[in-house]
Amino acid sequence: MTTAVKGSAPRAARQAVRPSAGPWRRALGRLRRNRPAMIAGVGLLLIVLACVLAPVYANLVAHTDPFTSGASATTIVNGQQVPVLAQSTEGLGLGVTPIGPTWDPGHYLLGADNQGRDVMARLLYGGRNSLLIGLSSAVLCCTLATVLGVLAGYFGGWIDAVLSRFFDVIWAFPVYLLAICLSVVLLTSGLHLGPIHIDAGSLALPVVIIALIYVPYVARPLRGQVMALRNKEFLHAAVGLGASDLRVMRREVLPNVLPTVVVFLPLMTALNMLTESALSFLSVGVQSPDASWGTIINDGLALLYTRPVITIAAGLCVGLTAVALNVLGDGVRDALDPNARLRGGA
Amino acid sequence: MVGYILRRFGAAVLVLFAISVLVFLIFFATPGVDPAARIAGKNADPATLAQVRASFGFDRPLPVQYAMMMKHLFVSHDLTSFVNRGTLVIPQIIDAVPVTLSLVVGAAVIWMVLGVAMGTLAGAMRGTVVDPLVMLLGVFGVSLPVYWLGEVVNLITQKELHDSVFSWVPPLGYVPISQGVGQWALHLLFPWLTLALLYAGIYARLLRGELINALNEDYVRTARAKGLSERRILIKHALRCSLIPIVSLFGLDFGALVGGAALLTEVVFGLPGVGKLTYQALQNLDLPVIMGTVLYAAFFVVLANAVVDVLYARLDPRVRRA
Repeated sequence: MTTAVKGSAPRAARQAVRPSAGPWRRALGRLRRNRPAMIAGVGLLLIVLACVLAPVYANLVAHTDPFTSGASATTIVNGQQVPVLAQSTEGLGLGVTPIGPTWDPGHYLLGADNQGRDVMARLLYGGRNSLLIGLSSAVLCCTLATVLGVLAGYFGGWIDAVLSRFFDVIWAFPVYLLAICLSVVLLTSGLHLGPIHIDAGSLALPVVIIALIYVPYVARPLRGQVMALRNKEFLHAAVGLGASDLRVMRREVLPNVLPTVVVFLPLMTALNMLTESALSFLSVGVQSPDASWGTIINDGLALLYTRPVITIAAGLCVGLTAVALNVLGDGVRDALDPNARLRGGA
Repeated sequence: MVGYILRRFGAAVLVLFAISVLVFLIFFATPGVDPAARIAGKNADPATLAQVRASFGFDRPLPVQYAMMMKHLFVSHDLTSFVNRGTLVIPQIIDAVPVTLSLVVGAAVIWMVLGVAMGTLAGAMRGTVVDPLVMLLGVFGVSLPVYWLGEVVNLITQKELHDSVFSWVPPLGYVPISQGVGQWALHLLFPWLTLALLYAGIYARLLRGELINALNEDYVRTARAKGLSERRILIKHALRCSLIPIVSLFGLDFGALVGGAALLTEVVFGLPGVGKLTYQALQNLDLPVIMGTVLYAAFFVVLANAVVDVLYARLDPRVRRA
């Protein structure tokens, strides 16, 4: 159904500025009528807002710094002064047991972690990093994949052969293993590739690594689409009019594959956020003192049996955000490209 | 057909070679990375570094190092670990394979049975409460981190309800099947369920979509016109066609999991499989072990890809010409 619309996409894209319905505007209308997607969108907005407001919570409500450990800090529970970290009574009594959830926003709402840091404030700050890494790596991944996919599909020949083999190799590499391999190496030395310099421990490192490993997932279907477009009449017409390759790719091919890229974006954000959390869980993602939901799950692991709320809350944050993104992504797909089959692999 | 199979497996071998080179380059040729410094430890003096370099062969040209490593891995089978010197890599992997296979095969059986049952049910009962429930499980399948789910399962079965409902759950770990099928299955039960639950959701959702498409096809209308019962149409006609993409996806997922994608599940449940071995090797930067396990992993992924492609070519002759 949309293919008929796609044929005149360049013109339609210009028309979209006007209130008369272009394909994008109509898709937006379809998305608006999709109730689960809208609920997911609102939920996502609330999560993002809460994370953006993390400093407000930390400074004005909880009055803590979630990045410095408070070994000797005390707080007030039911009017009584109690230490945040209590000497452990279990086992040999060597460890410390942090305070559990008090359900009082001013005094360690969700308790403290084993360094006496406010879990709720850390969750909000960690969410910033998780969302930021998920989104920016999805944008980077989709951009790279669009460029490579369009180049491979448009030119064919040896360019396609080289790029496709490159995709094949990355594709055959188990995703997590590749990500872990890259992380292990780059986390000690940072990335120095020509003009690009990323320090070890920088948040940009997981962004780049996660973006790179998922490029074939997006680029392969795009390449297929572009190859199909190559034989369309409007493209022959543009070539016949003497348009350069660059112009044809930019004005004729790109507007036609853009809906697919837009469909991929929320789904890739969810996938990338999950990958980030897994890498951080294995302590090869976000590095201390920075936090992400994955590192918080990892922190909470040592306290799983005494203070399970840390791990559970962080995991719920990841899970709920990913659910919201996936439901929204499915809505975007239904609105833009009902025939798309993007969920080949999980 | 034979030509296609040969070409397909030739390509698979090339991809494996490329992966081995890629892994080697990641660990040896990334600017700023020095494997000798890793092995020698922090603050090693130059003399120690030089000694380590010579003893591990890091002072030789990269292609020679690569060739030596491949020779030890594939020809003489005596590749040894950098960290635990003297420990052979291949036996370590061989010891770990049964654990991973036990985990993945068991989980695969559960998720295929559950996934197909739920997907069929959702497809057949569209508009009832079953349908959105399966869809929801599918969304959870792609959204929940498996390691987190595993931790929560551990929390419930090992701590919170361990004294009451789950007193029969053994501690974490792996018991070989040779020591009794019962104990083996009991130890693996919760890892299986954890891994299977997420995949079952994904598969059910996919199958539901395929089934609904199939039920709108002409051949289903013909079957109805012949007067077949709905149950027969669903199971004998629609389901059979809908299972094709499920089976091909299963091939890929199974290959990836046997190859080490079950790493997180293995780490969480303390199962000494290939994933866990890889993870430990990565933390110590034990390159020979990483090389061995990654190539082993890639082998299964590439093999699964090739088998699925060949099966498709068997079913659809047009693919062979591509």
